[in-house]
Amino acid sequence: MPDQKERDPMQKYVCEICGYVYDPEVGDPDSDIPAGTSFDDLPDDWTCPICGATKESFVPED
Amino acid sequence: MKPVEIKKDVYWIGAVDWNRRNFHGYSVAPMGTTYNNYLIMDEKVTLVDTVAEEFWGTLQCNLANVLGDRKIDYIVVNHLEPDHSGCLAKVVEKYKPEKIYTSPMGQKAMEAHFHYKDWPVEVVPTGSEINIGKRTLTFVETRMLHWPDAMLTYCPEEKIAFTNDAFGQNWATSERWADEVDRAKLEELMRFYYANIVLPYSPVVLKTLAALKEMNLEFDMICPDHGLMFRGDDCAWAMEKYQQYAEQKPKNRAVIIYDTMWHSTEKMAKAVAAGLADEGVSVRLMSMKSNHHSEVMLEVFDAAAVIVGSPTHNNGILPLMADMLTYMKGLRPQNKIGSAIGSFGWSGECVKVLTQWLEDMSMEVVEPVKTKFVPDHDAMEKCYEQGKAIAAAVKAKLG
Repeated sequence: MPDQKERDPMQKYVCEICGYVYDPEVGDPDSDIPAGTSFDDLPDDWTCPICGATKESFVPED
Repeated sequence: MKPVEIKKDVYWIGAVDWNRRNFHGYSVAPMGTTYNNYLIMDEKVTLVDTVAEEFWGTLQCNLANVLGDRKIDYIVVNHLEPDHSGCLAKVVEKYKPEKIYTSPMGQKAMEAHFHYKDWPVEVVPTGSEINIGKRTLTFVETRMLHWPDAMLTYCPEEKIAFTNDAFGQNWATSERWADEVDRAKLEELMRFYYANIVLPYSPVVLKTLAALKEMNLEFDMICPDHGLMFRGDDCAWAMEKYQQYAEQKPKNRAVIIYDTMWHSTEKMAKAVAAGLADEGVSVRLMSMKSNHHSEVMLEVFDAAAVIVGSPTHNNGILPLMADMLTYMKGLRPQNKIGSAIGSFGWSGECVKVLTQWLEDMSMEVVEPVKTKFVPDHDAMEKCYEQGKAIAAAVKAKLG
């Protein structure tokens, strides 16, 4: 894992289970996550809004 | 039921489960169900899905009937849930196929179901194409419709989509086609299936329908793994229905779901119903003692307002309501107005607990009403007014 400081806060992350893409520009309004929230800043207990998988199931989108 | 040749050399070889009433332990299936699977007799004989394990005998008969002295070369596994993969291990063992095709998530699910060592599994992500002779099959992953492994298989030469659980209905029939049965009943059973199984994945349904449109596929037949198949214009009809379902636009309807100990909450529920009905909102009262939670979901599905009622019981709510709310929340209904009612004797937590559930489902909450012990005239008046207030919110929502 690269140092967090090197990571682009606007990097999209994709759920490996269901294919949902977390886009920081949009956030996750249904879970009260405002637009502009980077993936790293999502709460630890945040889950995929489609399939319920935890943050561990997400990988950076190519 | 005997195999049915749906197009030249393409067969329905499913099983009809006439007596099934409990569907997967969480839903009722008052009309039974079918497990549809398909066999394509081409240069490579291809089996699409299997059936529930208890129908292994039926599947063997149907296979023998169509195969003659040929064998199964390829198996396509669209979905690993045991009602469709229940005979997979037996088929693999008996027919020793050359290839088993499944989605990337399908492979993971297959390993975790069957713990096989040496199956000839080949992963086919979206856009993959295989040649089976005169025909080709292409695959489209439909993740979370309604499991991560789900995919649909499309045969461009025949314009057939094998869609696994999507477009399914639980209905045991001797007919095989949607155009041979009562349309209103079919639509209700399609809605029932959607409301209890597909509903939480509505955003995925919308994306999938859009993706299919973009692919410009033509559909002459849509063949799901449960219930009736669709042909001709009915393909567009089925897709249109799914588009409507996924949009979750509420109708001018309310459902009051309640349990009651000594009839106080029930009296309140009837007063709320009167207030709603007098304002022109169609309303259904559903006691959890009389209805299964899956039957309630059919009513919740297109209602604009959901009113929940329970007396206070041991500082909480009655267990049948806890069951209903747990089930409902998991199905993630959208665009609802919610409100709570309940009677109490001393501590009175019921409406607070119920309202929290409604808020957790992102419902637009209308002020709850609670009554100490038995409602008097004034308390009933309050409930009636609450019904009118909910009706006003419904009208505002529907515009």
